[in-house]
Amino acid sequence: MSLLHIEGLNLSIHDTPILKGVSLSVDAGQIVGVIGESGSGKSMTAFAALQLLPNGAQCSGRIDLGGREVLTLNEAHLCQMRGRDVGMVFQEPMTALNPIQSIGDQVAETIMIHDSVSKREALERAADALRRAELPQDKFPLSRYPHELSGGQRQRVVIAMAIALRPKLLIADEPTTALDVTTQAQILQLLRRLVDEEGMGLLLISHDLAVVSDMADQIVIMRQGEVVESGPAQWLLRNMQHPYSKALLEASTHQPDRAPEDQEEVLLEVRDVVRDYTIHRKGWWGGTDTFRAVKGVSFQLRKGESLGLVGESGCGKSTLTRAILGLENVQDGEIRAFGQRVGRDFPNALRAGIQVVFQDPYSSFNPRWKVAQLVAEPFHLMTQRPADWRARVASVLDDVGIGGDAMDRYIHEFSGGQRQRIAIARALILRPDIVILDEAVSALDVSIRAQILDLLAELQEGYGLSYLFISHDLSVVRSITDRVMVMKAGEIVEQGQTDQVFDAPQHDYTKQLIAAVPVLPAEVTQGGNDERTEPVV
Amino acid sequence: MNGGNRNLWIGAVLTALFAGAALVSFLWVPYDVASLDIANKIKGPSASHPLGTDHFGRDILSMIMVGARTSIAVALVAVGIGMGIGVPLGLAAAARKGSLLDELIMRGNDLVFAFPSLLIAIMITAVFGASALNAIIAIGIFNIPVFARLTRSGALSLWTRDYVMAARVSGKGAARISFEHILPNVMNLLIVQGTIQFSLGILAEAGLSYVGLGAQPPIPSWGRMLADSQTMISFAPHMALFPGLAILLTVLGLNLMGDGLRDLFDPKLRRARR
Repeated sequence: MSLLHIEGLNLSIHDTPILKGVSLSVDAGQIVGVIGESGSGKSMTAFAALQLLPNGAQCSGRIDLGGREVLTLNEAHLCQMRGRDVGMVFQEPMTALNPIQSIGDQVAETIMIHDSVSKREALERAADALRRAELPQDKFPLSRYPHELSGGQRQRVVIAMAIALRPKLLIADEPTTALDVTTQAQILQLLRRLVDEEGMGLLLISHDLAVVSDMADQIVIMRQGEVVESGPAQWLLRNMQHPYSKALLEASTHQPDRAPEDQEEVLLEVRDVVRDYTIHRKGWWGGTDTFRAVKGVSFQLRKGESLGLVGESGCGKSTLTRAILGLENVQDGEIRAFGQRVGRDFPNALRAGIQVVFQDPYSSFNPRWKVAQLVAEPFHLMTQRPADWRARVASVLDDVGIGGDAMDRYIHEFSGGQRQRIAIARALILRPDIVILDEAVSALDVSIRAQILDLLAELQEGYGLSYLFISHDLSVVRSITDRVMVMKAGEIVEQGQTDQVFDAPQHDYTKQLIAAVPVLPAEVTQGGNDERTEPVV
Repeated sequence: MNGGNRNLWIGAVLTALFAGAALVSFLWVPYDVASLDIANKIKGPSASHPLGTDHFGRDILSMIMVGARTSIAVALVAVGIGMGIGVPLGLAAAARKGSLLDELIMRGNDLVFAFPSLLIAIMITAVFGASALNAIIAIGIFNIPVFARLTRSGALSLWTRDYVMAARVSGKGAARISFEHILPNVMNLLIVQGTIQFSLGILAEAGLSYVGLGAQPPIPSWGRMLADSQTMISFAPHMALFPGLAILLTVLGLNLMGDGLRDLFDPKLRRARR
């Protein structure tokens, strides 16, 4: 007897088909992982089960939830069902909580909506729910506000809200995507424990094959609104039939072909760099404190090499990036590029030699400019824009795999992956020596990410580039870098050859990070043309 | 057609009606608004005077048409002053967030905000004399902080975008980034606020004219038409009704158009179907 049984679910929104004949079921005490890339309909499947759909949505098929046919329930019954029978955990803990309500009130609210209990009793039960989500009362009293908690702790509050009424089914939509890797491991462990101890069913939606393979008993792979393949997790991972599933697996473990050249010439040297921020205390005459974001960091970037910088959010990697780009001055130590000291007064001609690609393909471009203009923006660093600038833009767009007809189109006409290619074109237009890739593939789907990594490897050879590859994603860093540095709280705690650092980490923090990364089973990754035997980190 | 779109259309039609009346009045009006016709004073609506006549026998339809000119001109120039000065100030404050310049601009704004606007307008017209020009200046000054604040808040969120960072990496300075990247992307906010300030400007002009500090006779103005009709409201209600309706409908039209434009430009609403 399944908790949730979806059969032949079709969904269209304003006559655009979104889901086509989706079937899946979740049993008590079972974790079902739904994998798919953006637009695959995995979140919509979950929202359909709760009937939390946008205006103009039309459902057909069967959704059976604990013996009730969801599609026939009216709104009042649906409200009773949501929260009581099904709990939901969202992706973004920063926006899932109301910032002006204490966490106790927020969890208690869920309880009071469904059970007619006094505020006091609701708060008691809220405390219990928070404890089950591993937020003990002595450390995290009910009176805490969301801004006093870290991202992982907030996600625990969201989970506490979802499990407060002990629902039979929990739906978690990308619950760890916005979290750091060590926090992710803790949250996944918590979800696993809740399923084991309380016998809940868990529908875990994720784009990350490794996360799902670690957690799930059953896997459902979705693409463009259809289930392409499903089955028991361990069996399915070894017996994938559908070409899309195989492609997804290949992309998740993708290793771009690279031929690193050993060169001695040092392009960029960072020595004992310190970066302080001034924090204003409360009040007009409160004075100031300094916050040291980067504490004496030193490293060198050589010609033609690819250097990784790994760290969790808030470790100072973005601050360091801005200092290297010469956008902010450093308080101590120095950064030298091409033999010259980098700072606000760094000459434009040399500035052209260091370019950058950002994480978010959607905020990287002015939406009111055409592609040709966007890619040509760095020409501002030259005394005047060359006469053949359009030809140069066309050629660099061609190099990144974007056709020349893109030049006169606006950026919203392109997908995320295409935009990231255009961002790379913008970084390459001046033929720089150094490209800083600031989480450049983190926002992309796995298959697109694999393509962009291939492109980066290819361009590195063609253009003779040195990469500083900044990421929180250890598997990506491993696949594209020669050397890697691990940064924690403004300091580099470990650096060395990528393989050495990953295979034999020395520092405790590095060990923790590597242990926290979800891993695909070793035998799964051996198939195909990949002859490596160690698990892919 | 959804709600936002309907608002936009109704608003645009109402606005076009009064803007059209103002334009037509340059070429043709039913009667000359400067010539008195005492024999026909205070007549209700009739075939020859569709909206009736006032206490000097002037045709009210003609006066509303010519009055639209004054109202629209005053509001337009006042919004222009507010945008022309307020927007660069807001851009500068956002570009140098937290600096002394930012503090100076924003505290200066607070200072202007702190005074009741109509009172200051009365003061300015009292000192420099009552005229349409002084009314424009007074109303314009109070538009500056509105646009400065709006621009600053819109610009602050844009300054954190990666494309601004990319422009900085391309060696562009704050002024250039403000005009190339920030201004075009806050423009939709400004257009919407512009329509709202425009309607407030019409109201403010009517208010100033009502107390006799706006456009001076014989130039007709909606506000003064209302003031003149005040003592005769019991036996000649049409004299108050029609200029009042003109103000009401123009302001309503502009507000609806502003709402509609906001919906039209809101990227969240545009992306909702994704």
